[in-house]
Amino acid sequence: MRLLKLVPDDTNIKFLKWRVPFYVVSLALMAASWALVFTQGLNYGVDFAGGQEIRATFTQQAEAPIPQLRDTVASLENVGDPVIQRFGAPNEVSIRVKLPPEAEGDPAFADAMTRTITTALQAEYADIRIDGVDSVSGKVSGEFREMAIYALLAAMLAIAIYIWVRFEWQFGVGALFALVHDVSLTLGMFALFQMEFSLQIIAAILAIIGYSLNDTIVVYDRIRENLKKYRKMPLPELLDLSVNETLARTVMTSLTLLLALLPLLLFGPASLFGLTAAITLGIFVGTYSSIYMAAPILIWLGVDSHSFVPEESVADRQDKVARGEM
Amino acid sequence: MLEFPRWKKIWLWAITLLAVAAALPSLLSMTSVRWPEALPDPMVNLGLDLAGGSHILLEADPAQVADQRLENMEESVRAVMRQASPRIRIGDVSTSGKQLSFMVDSAADVDRARELLLPLVNGTGLTREWDLRVVDQTRFALSPTASGVESAVTQAMDSATEVVRKRIDSLGTREPTIIRQGDTRIVVQVPGLQDPEQLKSLLGQTAKLEFKLVDQNALPADVEQGIAPPGSQIFPYAAGTPFEGTSVAVRRLGGIKGDQLTNAQQSFDPQTNEANVTIQFDQQGGAKFAKLTSENVNKPFAIILDGKVLSAPNINEPIRGGSASISGSFTTDTANQLAISLRSGALPVDLAVVEERTVGPDLGADSIRKGLLAMGVGSLLVIALMIFTYGRFGIYATAALVLNVLMLLGIMAVLNTTLTLPGIAGFVLTIGAAVDANVLINERIREERKRGRRVVAAVENGYKEASRAIYDANVTNFIAGVLLFIFGSGPIRGFAVVLIIGLFTSVFTAVTLTRMWVAGWLRRARPQDLHV
Repeated sequence: MRLLKLVPDDTNIKFLKWRVPFYVVSLALMAASWALVFTQGLNYGVDFAGGQEIRATFTQQAEAPIPQLRDTVASLENVGDPVIQRFGAPNEVSIRVKLPPEAEGDPAFADAMTRTITTALQAEYADIRIDGVDSVSGKVSGEFREMAIYALLAAMLAIAIYIWVRFEWQFGVGALFALVHDVSLTLGMFALFQMEFSLQIIAAILAIIGYSLNDTIVVYDRIRENLKKYRKMPLPELLDLSVNETLARTVMTSLTLLLALLPLLLFGPASLFGLTAAITLGIFVGTYSSIYMAAPILIWLGVDSHSFVPEESVADRQDKVARGEM
Repeated sequence: MLEFPRWKKIWLWAITLLAVAAALPSLLSMTSVRWPEALPDPMVNLGLDLAGGSHILLEADPAQVADQRLENMEESVRAVMRQASPRIRIGDVSTSGKQLSFMVDSAADVDRARELLLPLVNGTGLTREWDLRVVDQTRFALSPTASGVESAVTQAMDSATEVVRKRIDSLGTREPTIIRQGDTRIVVQVPGLQDPEQLKSLLGQTAKLEFKLVDQNALPADVEQGIAPPGSQIFPYAAGTPFEGTSVAVRRLGGIKGDQLTNAQQSFDPQTNEANVTIQFDQQGGAKFAKLTSENVNKPFAIILDGKVLSAPNINEPIRGGSASISGSFTTDTANQLAISLRSGALPVDLAVVEERTVGPDLGADSIRKGLLAMGVGSLLVIALMIFTYGRFGIYATAALVLNVLMLLGIMAVLNTTLTLPGIAGFVLTIGAAVDANVLINERIREERKRGRRVVAAVENGYKEASRAIYDANVTNFIAGVLLFIFGSGPIRGFAVVLIIGLFTSVFTAVTLTRMWVAGWLRRARPQDLHV
C-alpha cells in the first residue's frame, strides 16, 4: 500500500521572506479586533450579561412560531428585549432575554423574570415544552466576567513563564505574543459576527491557547535543535528550515483536530456549536500564528546560537578548545 | 528506548487493562447488559446538562442577617431590663445606622444596666460579638463587631442549609446535592427534576410566620400612607387575599413567632372548604399562644407570613389546645407548600435564586446521542487518516487512540468525576489531539530514515527527539487545563477534567504503549525498511 503524503518531502517554502508584510497585516488585524471589541462590543450570552436563555420545543408544530413568540415575550412587563432564534431542529428555539436596567442591584430579579416568561409561554402555547433554562443574575454574571479575564490572563502568563524557563526569554515573549494574537483574533471574530460569547467560549479560548502552543512548541523545539546543529546558519534561513521540517507534522495535526471536530460542528448538540466553532477557528489562527508570529519575532528579539551555549559546560568548551575544535 | 523487559511490559499491560476495565460499568450502563453486582462498579457521573436536572445557586443577603440580629438584640435588651429588679426603664430605642442605641431613664442605672448587658455582648465564643459603649452619660450604643456579624452569617447559613435540605427531601427527589459555597451561598443540584418552579418557590419561601396584635388606635388614613404610630409597624396584605392592596398596623412587641411548631399540615376549612394550613405548636409555643389569645379576647391579631399579612381575624376565645389553622386564600398547592416550609422550619435569612441551570431529560438524552455520534464519526475519520498516512504505525496509533478513550473513561469513573456536555467536546478534542504525539513521532521517524539512519536507530531517535516537544506541549496544555478547572464552574469544569486526564492517558497510550508495540514488532520482524 502506498502511504499518503500530504506534504511532499523536503519542502523549502520561504515563509520568513514575507515576515514584515505578514506582521503588518497581523498587527493591523489585532488592532482591528480590539477596535471591534470596544466599539461593537461582544455579544454576551446569559453567563456574562445576566438574564436568561430558555430553550423550548414545539411538540405539535413543524416550525416554531418565532414572530409570535417575540410578541409574547416583548409584551411582558419587567422583562428585557428578547432575542429568539432557531436552535437545532426547526421546531426548537432559544429565547434569550437580557436583564433590563431595573434589575440592577436586585439579586432575585432574574429569577422573577424566568418565572414570568415561562408562565407566559406555557399559557400561550399549549404544545411548548421547556427543555432548558439558564438564568443568571447581574451579580453572578459580573463574577463570571471577572473570572473569565483572570483565567485568560493567568493561563497566558503561566504558559509564557514555562516557555521562558524551558527555552529562553525570547521564546517566552514570542509564545506569549502568539497567544495574544490568537486570543485577540478570536475575540475580534466574535465581535465582528456578533456570535454569542459565553463561558463555553472562554473554555474554547483556553483550549485554543493550549493547542496553538503545541504548534509553537514543536517549531521552537526544532529551532533550538537547529541552532545547536547549524551554528553558522543565518537566523532567517534557520527559521525557514525549522518551519519546513515541521510542516508535515503541523499540517497533519491540524488536520486530525479538524477531522475530529467537524462532525461535532455539523451534527453535534446545538449547545456545543459555539464552543466547537471557536476551537475550529482557533486551530487555523493558532497554526498561522506559530509560523508567522512566534517564529519571526525571534529574529527581532535577537536569538542566535549563543542563546543555547550555556547548555554546554565550561569544561566541555575547554575540552573542545584543547582538541582544536573551536 | 526500545528495551522493554518483561516486568515492564506486564506493568504497562496491567495498568492499561485495569483502567479499561474501570470503564466497563459506565459503558455497559448504556446497554441492557448488567455488570455483575459482586464486582466494584466505578461509574462516570453524568452532569445535570446530560442527565437532566436543575442546578440552583441560592444567595443570602448578609445585611439582612445583621438587621435581624439587631432586632433580636433589641428584644433581649428589653427583656433583661424588664426582668431586672428593680426594673430598669429604657427609652428612645433605635436600631438605625447598624447599631442599637437606647437611653436609661436615670443615670444611677447605668452601671447596673451595663452589668446586665455584658453577658449579651460577650457571645459564646472567644471573640467579642458586640461593641458596647456609653455615650452622653445615659445612652448605650451596641454595634456588632465584624467577627460577630461573620459568625452570625455563618450560623444563619448553616441552619439555612439544613432547612433547604429538609425541604428538598420533602419533595422526594433522588440524590440531591446541597453544598455551602463561599460565605453566603448554597448550591442545590437536583437530578431529573420535572418542575424546577416548584422547587424554587419552595426554597424561596422564608416561611417566617408571626402572630402580632393589630394596633386598633392607628388611623386608617395614616396606615394607608404608611405612617405607623409609635411602637407599631405596617404590613401589607399578601397578594391574592381579599384585602390585597391595603395594609395593617400591628404592635411591634408582644406578638409571637411561629417557629415553635411540632407539625404543620395542609387541610380544609370545614365551613368554606377552602384550603388552609393547620399548625401544632410545641408545649412552650402553645403556652405563649394561649397566653396571647387569652389576654386579647375580642381583639384582632394579624397572621403575617414573610412580611405579608395573610389574615387578621378576631380572637373570639382563648386558644389553648396549641393548634391553630391559618387561612390565606390558598390553593391546595400553595397551602401544601407552606405546610412543608413550616414543618422544615423558617429560613433564618431570605434566599434569592441568583443562578439557575435547568436541563430537561429529553434535551440531555439528545445531547448524549448527538455527542456520541459526532465522537464516533470523528474518531473514524482520524483513524482513517492515520492509517492511510502511516500504515502500520497508523494502526498502532489507532489502537492507542481506542485504549486512550477507554482509559480516560475508566479513570474518570475511578475518580468519580462528572461528564458534562462540554466534557464530550473535551473527549472529541482529546481524540483529535492525542494522535499529535504519534504524528510527531512518525514524522520524526520518516525524517530520520531520510537522513539515512537504519530502521532501529530511526525509530529510537524518532521517539527520543519527539518526546521533548510532546512533553513541553503537554505541560502547557496541563497549565491551561488546570486554570480552566480553577476558574471554571460546573459544566466547564467537566471540560477541564476531561482535557487534564486526557493528557495523561494520551501520553501513556500514544507514546509509551506504541513504543512497546513498535519495539516488539522490530524485534520479531526485523524489518529492513520502514513504511512510515
